[in-house]
Amino acid sequence: MQVAITVNGVVHERDVDPRTLLVHFLREELDLTGTKIGCDTSQCGACTVHLDGKVLKSCTLLAVQADGAEVTTIEGLAENGEHHPMQTAFWENHGLQCGYCTPGMIMASAAFVRDNPGASEGEIRHYLEGNICRCTGYHNIVKAVKQVADAAAGA
Amino acid sequence: MTTRIFGSGIKRREDPRLITGEARYTDDIKLPGVLHMAVVRSPYAHANIVSIDSSAAEAMDGVVAVYTSDDIGDGLAGLPTAWLIPDSDLKTPEHPALAKGKVRYVGDGVAIVLADDRYRAQDAADAVVVDYEELPAVIDPEEAAGEGAPLIHDDVEGNIAFRWVMGDREASDAVFDAADVVVSERILQQRLLPTAMEPRAAMAQYNPATQELTLWCTSQNPHIHRFIISAVTGLNENKVRVIAPEVGGGFGSKIPCYPDEALVSWASIKLGVPVKWTETRSENYLITIHGRDHVQHVEMAASNDGTLLGVRATVYAGMGGYLSTAAPGIPTILHGLLYVGPYTMGSVFCESIGVMTNGTPTDAYRGAGRPEATFLLERMVDNVARKIGMDPVEVRRKNLIPAFEDGYEVATTLIYDSGDYPAAFEKALDMAGYGDFRRQQKSAEADGRYLGIGVTAYTEMCGLGPSQVAGAVGFQGGLWESATVRVTPTGKVQALIGASPHGQGSETTLAQIIAEELGFPVDDIEVIHGDTTETPMGWGTYGSRTTPVTGAALAQASRKLKDKARVLAAHLMEANVDDIEYADGSFSVKGSPDQAQSIQEVALMAHLAWNMPEGMDPGFEESQFYDPPNFVYPFGTHIAIVEVDAETGVIDLQRYIAVDDCGPQINPEIVAGQIHGGVVQGAAQALCEGAIYSDDGQLLTGSMMDYCMPKADMFPNFELGETVTPSPHHPVGVKGVGETGTIASTPTVYNAVLDALAPLGVTQIDMPLTSAKVWSAIQSARA
Repeated sequence: MQVAITVNGVVHERDVDPRTLLVHFLREELDLTGTKIGCDTSQCGACTVHLDGKVLKSCTLLAVQADGAEVTTIEGLAENGEHHPMQTAFWENHGLQCGYCTPGMIMASAAFVRDNPGASEGEIRHYLEGNICRCTGYHNIVKAVKQVADAAAGA
Repeated sequence: MTTRIFGSGIKRREDPRLITGEARYTDDIKLPGVLHMAVVRSPYAHANIVSIDSSAAEAMDGVVAVYTSDDIGDGLAGLPTAWLIPDSDLKTPEHPALAKGKVRYVGDGVAIVLADDRYRAQDAADAVVVDYEELPAVIDPEEAAGEGAPLIHDDVEGNIAFRWVMGDREASDAVFDAADVVVSERILQQRLLPTAMEPRAAMAQYNPATQELTLWCTSQNPHIHRFIISAVTGLNENKVRVIAPEVGGGFGSKIPCYPDEALVSWASIKLGVPVKWTETRSENYLITIHGRDHVQHVEMAASNDGTLLGVRATVYAGMGGYLSTAAPGIPTILHGLLYVGPYTMGSVFCESIGVMTNGTPTDAYRGAGRPEATFLLERMVDNVARKIGMDPVEVRRKNLIPAFEDGYEVATTLIYDSGDYPAAFEKALDMAGYGDFRRQQKSAEADGRYLGIGVTAYTEMCGLGPSQVAGAVGFQGGLWESATVRVTPTGKVQALIGASPHGQGSETTLAQIIAEELGFPVDDIEVIHGDTTETPMGWGTYGSRTTPVTGAALAQASRKLKDKARVLAAHLMEANVDDIEYADGSFSVKGSPDQAQSIQEVALMAHLAWNMPEGMDPGFEESQFYDPPNFVYPFGTHIAIVEVDAETGVIDLQRYIAVDDCGPQINPEIVAGQIHGGVVQGAAQALCEGAIYSDDGQLLTGSMMDYCMPKADMFPNFELGETVTPSPHHPVGVKGVGETGTIASTPTVYNAVLDALAPLGVTQIDMPLTSAKVWSAIQSARA
């Protein structure tokens, strides 16, 4: 099937097998391998992207369902060569170790803080239930997200 | 004087590529013309293969070939077990890359499909028709070792792969017979799924013209993978290049060499094109090693005054359907030798029985044998305290080994390097406010609220280890590391290491060691790892050994360079070597501070070699092989405070205090991260994780929908403290910290919950402590 999907501001027209998952479309067709696959069942959140501004696990959607949509991946999060504040906060707070969950974690957290400036630690921990990290014990991830949430509330 | 880089929690040098999605993990790497491999896997835990019909699969679009064990023939040797425990009557049953005539666990490979696309490869794998004759299966290791259990390998009588004994049984009996108090418990160390967030993957590219094989794979130890792939394929080791690119966590599960790595290699050799395989999470849960799986019968002897006299255990350790790469070493050497812990206990005895079962093979999982030892010890100490009516903290305090700086031999024959266990213990109790807590607990109980506290004192052996010891205990490799510090003419550093970090931040930590030794800015130091062709030989990243062992090699290589630089600087400044002073990367002449050569200037002059001292070779590069003289023994005390809702069985982990001593901390933020992650992994064993099998050997927790991974909202912020006791035998005094959190936290959380439940009469619950189990235990105790 023909699809036209805007990814990180660029329109990509492709003929795809209808069963192709969006995450495979991004990784295999567009070579945007920053979006990861960590489970088959939509628990882990490693594949999180933004679809028309909303947080989405890209393993839960077929590429054909994203026809006409605007997708942002981790590769498109930085603006004008500057890290997004959430990327900076993860780096500054040691919010990552092996880095595999990190793109999804950052994409989910960036949208969460955008919609919930000033979120409390408890709210952050509850929200992050949809993203699994095996390395950090979440402590420094929560710290990073809280830093951005506090800054967003102060702005 | 600038801020000292050693000890500074600088940002990690690996992070810019990781936070932007630019890092390349194995599955991210693409090669033109690659074929995708899918594996036809057994749906039965134990069955004879009657027939395999691949004709329908072969006819499908995009399918290039389907192969079974018959097609491979002798093209691949069986996968080796590489830890051969001596004096244990060890049997090593054949482990073919694809099953020959019989499958032994759900997920055992039966055939492989090669196709031009991963979806098509999986479709075709589903179309391979395999006729099985199902056999009775056994999962529980104690049951598998019992009378009448189904025999899994014809050449492993009674399913017993080894029987390892530590200590003197009669001496132990004498201690127990004479003791005032003996407590006992059957402890179940449930199976755990390591769950590195990156599933395993492998891609092989064979070049028929040069007869060279390149294998990209998710490995913690590419040099060991090269060794094994060379052995199983028959290619010379110098024709095999293994590359572990970015690796997304391992926790032990990426140490073993699995059938899949061998199969992509064989298929690429056979077809002359690149072949790639990436496991799904469901596949990962079925075929990538599991951890723990012990049934332990444990006893502890003590005096009425709380003096701990001895511990003994019979351990049935489930090995699964085959003996994985390092499996026999885990419930033996890495387990029994920890039975003394941080205590002055004089008697230890362990009989560990490795049992073949129809489960997924087990092997090293974060902590590997040491969590299972620390748990039983700490559990029994609490049981002793309860039995004699003494505060468990008092029992521990009474039995802790006093501070020592250079060597303390314990009953297991280990010589601990250094420790001040009482200092860490008291610090943790202070942080927790132990006395106040006990008062709060009493008043809460009066209100019908159940609070509990768990206190674990631990030490562990890591930084594996002296090679001579490795040989003596049957490890089929050395345990040294090597490193090269290479300085370019412009004064930039490439540090090449044989170890293979996969999330630990070693590119940063190790750069900090070099920066400390030689004065180069840390941003001018690149640590290169993971490619067997680019890096010197090394045994890999596991056993909390990269900072202790590779770090020592780098420190010593740096010191060789510094010695050379000092002589060259003296020569260039026409001064006596003894008059050269070094500070912050600069060599100056005593008494004339204006005369100085920076390390970068010296490096350039060494490369130019226009004016070298008599007998000095050009270049500015040094290598070091480092074989540690002993293990390192980090230690500490962890404390958990929980509240249990008696009406629902729900556990609220309210506080977690960890005081750890890993010697001087090179990067305290990275150390803290290791502890945070380890604590969650261990606490989750106590609280929710556990692989569950049906009686016929089906893994019921086969996806993240069913296997309880710890989530952010299950934990509080952690309260960390430290003490600093350098290792006397290490060049920079450091000890490993990768596994301490996992080792300490399981008994800490478990004991806290049981402490909370004590007033309700609950004395034991098998892990994990799910709310359903806790609730049931409360109901049973009330009944």
